[in-house]
Amino acid sequence: MRGWFLPTAVVFGFVFLYAPIVSLVVFSFNESRLVTVWGGFSTRWYGELLRDRQILGSAWVSLQVAFASATLSVVIGTLGAFVLTRFSKFTGRLLLTGMITAPLVMPEVITGLSLLLLFVSMELTLGWPAGRGLTTIIIAHTTFCAAFVAVIAQTRLRSMDESLEEAARDLGASPVRVFFDITLPVIAPALVAGWLLAFTLSLDDLVIASFVSGPGASTLPMVIFSKIRLGVSPDVNALATLIIGFVFVAVLIAGWLMQRGLRKGL
Amino acid sequence: MAHTASACELKPWRTEQSRPFISVKGVTKQFGDFTAVSAVDLDIFKGELFCLLGESGCGKSTLLRMLAGFEHPTRGSILIDGEDMARVPPDRRPTNMMFQSYALFPHMSVEKNVAYGLLREGMRKADAYARANEMLRMVKLEKLARRKPDQLSGGQRQRVALARALVKKPKLLLLDEPLGALDKKLREETQFELIKIQETLGVTFIVVTHDQDEAMTLATRIGVMRDGVIVQIGEPREIYETPNSRFVADFIGTVNLFEGQVDAVAPDMMRIETADLGPVLLPPVAGLTRGQHVWGAVRPERFTITRARPEQARNAWQGVVEEMGYIGHMSQYRVRLPNGVLIRTSQSNRLRDEDPISWDEQVWVSVQPVAFRVLTQ
Amino acid sequence: MNRDNLLTRSAFWRATAWGMGKVGLTGRSLVIAIPMLWLLVFFLAPFFVLGRISLAEAIIARPPYTPLFERGPDGTLEILASLENYRFLFEDALYRNAYISSIRVALISTIFALLIGYPIAYYIARAPEPRRSILLLMVILPFWTSFLLRVYAWMGFLRSNGVINNTLISLGLIDSPIQMMQTDFAVYIGIVYTYLPFMILPLYANLTKLDGALLEAASDLGASPMVTFFTVTLPLSLPGIVAGSMLVFIPAIGEYVIPALLGGPDTLMIGRVLWDEFFSSRDWPVASAVAIVMLFLVVAPIMWLQSVQNRREEQ
Repeated sequence: MRGWFLPTAVVFGFVFLYAPIVSLVVFSFNESRLVTVWGGFSTRWYGELLRDRQILGSAWVSLQVAFASATLSVVIGTLGAFVLTRFSKFTGRLLLTGMITAPLVMPEVITGLSLLLLFVSMELTLGWPAGRGLTTIIIAHTTFCAAFVAVIAQTRLRSMDESLEEAARDLGASPVRVFFDITLPVIAPALVAGWLLAFTLSLDDLVIASFVSGPGASTLPMVIFSKIRLGVSPDVNALATLIIGFVFVAVLIAGWLMQRGLRKGL
Repeated sequence: MAHTASACELKPWRTEQSRPFISVKGVTKQFGDFTAVSAVDLDIFKGELFCLLGESGCGKSTLLRMLAGFEHPTRGSILIDGEDMARVPPDRRPTNMMFQSYALFPHMSVEKNVAYGLLREGMRKADAYARANEMLRMVKLEKLARRKPDQLSGGQRQRVALARALVKKPKLLLLDEPLGALDKKLREETQFELIKIQETLGVTFIVVTHDQDEAMTLATRIGVMRDGVIVQIGEPREIYETPNSRFVADFIGTVNLFEGQVDAVAPDMMRIETADLGPVLLPPVAGLTRGQHVWGAVRPERFTITRARPEQARNAWQGVVEEMGYIGHMSQYRVRLPNGVLIRTSQSNRLRDEDPISWDEQVWVSVQPVAFRVLTQ
Repeated sequence: MNRDNLLTRSAFWRATAWGMGKVGLTGRSLVIAIPMLWLLVFFLAPFFVLGRISLAEAIIARPPYTPLFERGPDGTLEILASLENYRFLFEDALYRNAYISSIRVALISTIFALLIGYPIAYYIARAPEPRRSILLLMVILPFWTSFLLRVYAWMGFLRSNGVINNTLISLGLIDSPIQMMQTDFAVYIGIVYTYLPFMILPLYANLTKLDGALLEAASDLGASPMVTFFTVTLPLSLPGIVAGSMLVFIPAIGEYVIPALLGGPDTLMIGRVLWDEFFSSRDWPVASAVAIVMLFLVVAPIMWLQSVQNRREEQ
């Protein structure tokens, strides 16, 4: 793996990763409607994007869903991880272990279809949830995002010095108090990472949302999918550029903050 | 003698009628098939600094955790100040613990760490912080009250942990390897500091350690543990001078062991026939009969090593210095007897000897009869 | 006063705890109940519903499937459940081929991802700081942007009048565009592209743990760099290879979006078949049966493999 082979392979790999993204960004400033033929510089597709009520509306839906399901999945995932790492024996431990990690390997089509069928049967027998929309998407996203949060939280809880919790008990704190005073603050960075991951996963999901959503509740990926299914479309390029720009700036800021925090901590 | 009276007061375990402060009665702890602690009985008195000494996995930490309430005895009971602790959770026990990892809350400042226990008692915030700072002054850390634990050195962290565990004035302080994470020099200084603090506050300490020197320096009494059982309890001097088994003799310090049989018992002298040293003379030990299988134990420093045969010595053997190690204040020798037996001895270097005994010299090794300790197990 | 306050407060809590304990409720069981109930209802229960509906028949109604039991006119219970859907799946070559082709596509993509990902992971693991952190960030960065838009980017690249064909034509290398969209090739590219970070990260994690002294020892003992790689590095990085391959292979099998956007009409993948059965044919029972078979054929072996691996790691 020395000499020319390794650097060439690495350069090829990164070109493969970034070339499509770069071209996406470049052609978002293309005057021509033909996305891949250069027709001069223009920002007209950004203007059109901002006037597109359907895209703006679905983006709002997606943000609401992502916010709610990230928050809920952090609650459920953290509780699940806590129970599995701190309670050594209880009935259903094995079942919970399986259920909390299985969504990680479950194909999205199966998760989506099975949840939809559940919602339909629940509506028929219990009358809830009435119809499908925001609520059902949030429930579905919470369930599969909780698995990711649980994995992150479990790793952190395992590596945490358990004598911290014992010390708090020893100093007179009740178990509930220990959880809020010690456990939660110590694992907080992992939970923030989990929340961000869940938020991204929810924003990104097309398949599950397509199954469990109802009329009037289309998420952003659903709208984009229906657009690009018919072929390339320059306003999607503009949207992609905005998203990519946002993510890159956010990651740069996060990286900078982390570096600064590290230096301060030392 | 006035001296005896005060000794009785200071050493309540020497008197039958003293009431123990902590009573461990027949405590057993099992984890599945594994028995970590097996039928331990232990009485500890008010104001003691008791050391539980043993190798890792001997059950000493489990016993400590049962006192703190983190583990529940499978059988047996624990009484602190006369109160049964069986149903008392850790947060309601009159004990506090100093953890091996110190377990300082990383997201709280030093003073917040120390005040935490007081706040859980319901103390007002201002009072709690005042008390915390008072405590920090005692461990000489008042200047670092606002720092976070990760901005402290190992020694400073250790003192914060101690302050945090003492601030609630517990009846009993449990310390799990309190000096284990410190380097040698700091450890020695801290040992005496710990004793001073314990004497000032009058709190009963139970210290778990695997370090015999630490136990010897700190403890009023030591309990030596092995495989979940306390094999001997006694003052450091008793444990060193009169160990009750080969295990304890070998575990605390270095020892030469000679296997043999009681050969003759007379009112003023006893003879043991050993395989390694031949007949050995020593004062009689009560309860031993002729033909009994015993071990003679001698500490290295009890042997005298000379070039000429010592006069009047009853137990003396000739041999060759096979190895020697000069340590500074003392020298260690290994002397090989003609029959192949190796004797470990050490001599303190009190004089600046111009011509010390060295390798391959013919020497005599001798020992006083009273230096032998006879062990039956 | 403060002390009294505390006493009454703790007395209240103790009384509450005692009361809940009487009816078998402790704080502990409540904490267990929240994630347990959520997952029982929204993860496990759906599979029973799925199984139930896979035994029904499609009808044009609301809901679009028949009930499993029916009361006959004389009040007796009639069982309408049938395995008809499953028989249909096994007899129709379309479904069989879809299952096989899903595994094939996922397998080939995984191999490509490994071939591209391994050198990158190796290079990053051996790079000095800060280059290492920057490269690692560059690998993860695309993952945070939208998955759908990354697939879309390839549509612009691979089309007949897309970036690649336009470039090749303007360079005079080809006369007419090469058909790349709507082929299996495009699907492989899409999958490799999307899941490459999942291959690189576990490999990287594994390779950084590799002790550099081992490589030095090998070359000290006379092994050439090539031999060192194949006899030391590669065998030791096997756990990373397995982990990374699983992370690519598992989601690739059920993939819908990539074959739908980049693949042709003859690119059969089981996720796509299920989707079409549900959304286009509106046949819920057959879609359910497809899902159940997929669960047993694909997901169950993977989960079994993972649990075996986890147990081995714990030991």
